[in-house]
Formats: sequence, C-alpha cells, structure tokens
Amino acid sequence: MNAYEKLLAARADGRPTAKNYIERLFQNFIELHGDRRYGDDSAVITGIGTLGRIPVTVIGIEKGHGTKEKVARNFGSAHPEGYRKALRQMKLAEKFRRPVICLVDTSGAYCGIGAEERGQGQAIAENLMELMGLRVPVVSILIGEGGSGGALALAVADEVWMLENAVYSVISPEGCASILWKNPKRVGDAAEYLKITAQDLLSMNVIDRIIPEGIGFTKTCAFLKIQLIRTLKRSRALTEEELVSQRYEKFRRIGSDFQ
Amino acid sequence: MIRRGIFKHPKNDLEGEIRRDRTPGPSVPEELCVTCPTCRKMLFRDALAESSYVCPHCGWHFRISARRRIEITADEGTFRELNTKIVSRNILSFPGYDEKLEQARRSESGKDEVVCGTCRIGGFTSCVFAMEPSFMMGSMGTAVGEKITRLFEYAAEHRLPVVGFTVSGGARMQEGILSLMQMAKTSGAVRRHSEAGLLYVAVLTNPTTGGVTASFAMEADIILAEPGALIGFAGPRVIEQTIRQKLPPGFQRAEFLLEKGFVDQISNRKTQKRLLTRLLEFHAGGADE
Ligand SMILES: [Zn+2]
Repeated sequence: MNAYEKLLAARADGRPTAKNYIERLFQNFIELHGDRRYGDDSAVITGIGTLGRIPVTVIGIEKGHGTKEKVARNFGSAHPEGYRKALRQMKLAEKFRRPVICLVDTSGAYCGIGAEERGQGQAIAENLMELMGLRVPVVSILIGEGGSGGALALAVADEVWMLENAVYSVISPEGCASILWKNPKRVGDAAEYLKITAQDLLSMNVIDRIIPEGIGFTKTCAFLKIQLIRTLKRSRALTEEELVSQRYEKFRRIGSDFQ
Repeated sequence: MIRRGIFKHPKNDLEGEIRRDRTPGPSVPEELCVTCPTCRKMLFRDALAESSYVCPHCGWHFRISARRRIEITADEGTFRELNTKIVSRNILSFPGYDEKLEQARRSESGKDEVVCGTCRIGGFTSCVFAMEPSFMMGSMGTAVGEKITRLFEYAAEHRLPVVGFTVSGGARMQEGILSLMQMAKTSGAVRRHSEAGLLYVAVLTNPTTGGVTASFAMEADIILAEPGALIGFAGPRVIEQTIRQKLPPGFQRAEFLLEKGFVDQISNRKTQKRLLTRLLEFHAGGADE
C-alpha cells in the first residue's frame, strides 16, 4: 500500500477502535470517568485493568462504531477535558506505580469554540510536560490515525508503536494540500511527502516498533499482548530516574542533527 | 454521515491569517510613513520606533522582527547570541521546501527563525528567545525546536531564567512528523528547567497558535500576552470551517484568554520591559533562595 492507501485504511469504517483493543488486551477492566474539572469527554476512555498479571492504567481515544456512537464519541476528537481526564489517570498511575498504556486513534484534537475556551493548547501542552516526567513506564500504540498534537498528547512514551496500517502526521494530508497547493485533491502527494506511514516513521526512529495487522485482529492482539508484557517486564530493571531520563533522551534526539 | 472528522481540515491556517494581515501592513516597512491598520492614522517610522512599535493613537501593536524584539527588551549591548549555526534544512526532501527556505532567507529578517541568547533585562541576567514572524509564518521545524531546547538546557545548566517571545502559525509541515516531535522535545527541556527551580516567563505575541501554543508557549510559569494578540490551538478559519458558523468578535484574542484564565496579564509593549524586570527581580535566585 502507498501512503494514501494507508491513510484510507487507517480511517476505514469497521477498523477496530480503542474499545476493541481494550476488550482483547486487558482483563478486569474498570472504566473511570471524568477530569474532575469540567466534565467527562466520551472521546477518551480511561480506566484500570490487568495485562496478564500486571495492573495497568489504560487510556484510549475512541472513535466509535456506527453513526450514533461516532457522534457520541465526537468522532474521536477530544476536547481539553479529554486530555485532562487522561492526565488525571496518568497521575493516579504514578501514585500507585502502575504502567500506562495509551491507544491512540484520532484525526486530531477538536477545533471548536468550547475547546478553545477551555484551553485546548494548554491541555495538550500540560500532558506533554507531565508525560516527559511521569515516573512510571508509558507505552503508546497508534492503532489508526495519529492526528497531530491531539495524538502526541498521549504519545510521549518510553515506546511508541504503530499498527502496520496506522498513520501519524503533523497535519492532515488534506490540510497540507489545501494550504500548500490550494488543492485538496493533491492529498495523495501530501500523504507521500509528509511521510506518515509506520514504515517511514520507523526508519526515522520516531516510532520503535511496527505491529503486524495482516494476521487478523485476534492474532494482532495476542502478539501485542506478548510484546507489551515483555516490554513492561524489561522496564522493571530501570530506576524511575533512568526511565524518565531515557524517555527524555529518546525525544531529545529527534531532529537534533545540527552542529 | 455527518462529518468525516476534522482531520480533513487544515490545522494550521495561520499562513492565510498572516498573509491577510500583511496587506494593511502590520509589520513595519522601510518607508518613512506607515498607516496604522486599525485606526488608519499616518505614523512616522521614527516616532513608531520611539513607542516600541505601538500606535500612539489606538495602541495597535505592530508585528516586529525577532531582532527588534530583543533590541527593545535587552539592556543595550548585553545580548550574546547562542547557536547561530542551527538553520532549517529540507530533511524530508519535501518538494518546494528548499525554494521556500531560500525565499524566506532573502527577506529583510534573513535567516533568523528564532533568535536565542543571553542578555540582561533591567540588570537581571536571563536567557531570551524571540521567534521570527516573517520566516515561514514563525512555524516550528526541527531547527526552531532544537534552538529552543538548547536554550532551556543552557539556562538550566547556568541557572538562569528564560524570557521567551512566541509568534507562530504552528508546526512546519514540510518537516512532517519531525516538526510535531519538537513539541515533545521542547516540553521536555522546559520541564527540566522548571524542575531546577528556575523561572520561565512567556510573552505571547500576535499570532501564537498551533503546536507552539500546545507546547512551550503554554508551559511557562508566568504567561503574558500582548494586547489583541491572537492566541489559540486551532486557527480561527479552521474553527469556522469545522463548526460552520462565524466566531464571535474578540474570540481567541489575548483579552479573551485572560478572561478564561489562560494568561496572567495583558502586557502592553510600552511597559513590558518594566514588568519583565520586576518579575525577574522578584524571582532572582530561582526557587531555592
Ligand atoms: Zn492606530
């Protein structure tokens, strides 16, 4: 598949969403709602569960299936309260020393009046800063669309993984094409030039692993579960300081190739 | 289906915003006289320079270059620039980007994307950065991200506060995901500086949007904003396209952010240096003295 085909695959109706992964990957999942500041954003699912025998915090951006649920989930575009809901769970994870697993699937943080009034930029910025210092392991998996800052706010992690056909981009290829060439029809060119595929991002060391999808959803989840357990077990060997410092260095290196 | 999701809309339309602004000439051109874009009065360039590029009639804050910003903020002759050799390159071989970089470098402000260094402000030594609005709309690519990051690292190492002036249309899309990652990188450096107990004051100027708002602009201990500055995550045009209605007047302006609790003070440029000096004086020695 070329970049544009992957973009379509990542957005395709019927593609498994965060909820589907949560059901497969975790046992004893207990959903926990609300940001304790403004409300409960249904575009973001947060809770606790066990991965094998490891207690973890789970955060997922949920697009929903079917028109009714998609509308209720705001098509997976979170408001500031969604990012603050995620942050509240990250802080609880830190308190109880459990790892955080993020499942990212969003076309982007919501652009609207309420989102701006309640500080969309500030909410994302705060998550970036908090994740940079969070003293528990964080693994983020891009399962579908990784839309700009709205995705990054849940993807500052020790390990960032992508599903084989997921995409991750600074701007939507449509947006890029209409700004650069005033021609949204050149979306295919933009998708290619922006380098949004898992394969591109792995080669640039922006992500750490590609999760195969061709084997079917059940097998993908089984594979993912084994990899997650292995990764979390490995991270036990690190002190909190080492963990945070390695996370900093991982992002510090990106685009730092200057004299 | 009602809507395919906002991923389709441009996230970052400040290119358009700045271009529109340029027509009435909010930046200071080389001519002797300039017309204020809001009150339409004719102003002499020299007089405008005297008043820190603020219209003496209506208070409109003209957009100014990074160098001029430092000139009106730093004590005379105290600015020492850092990391001058870090400049943008076409790392993804994005078609047309080389030409855009070349074109930007031919402009008045030359190769400046963000100017970083140390200086004294009212006698207090500080690290300072000023983003350049004329260089590809003040967008953040890897060069800007790296310079900001190095400045915060330098400030942490030398135990200095940071005063930063933001102006940005968002991420530099021609550097793709690498420019998005600069949000994480700079946030990490701001955090380390903060954990060292040091002060960071951000001055948000017109416009500050996108990835810069969603990272280091909103991460300061104290956030000041110039009057009337447009500050937001999404640009107004993107929001209008998404919600299909007109935005109320004053939406996303500095005064609106003050009301919503996202900035500490509106800072008029004419009294800004005094305010910065008082803030630096109050926090001299950082958090541990
Ligand atoms: Zn005026």
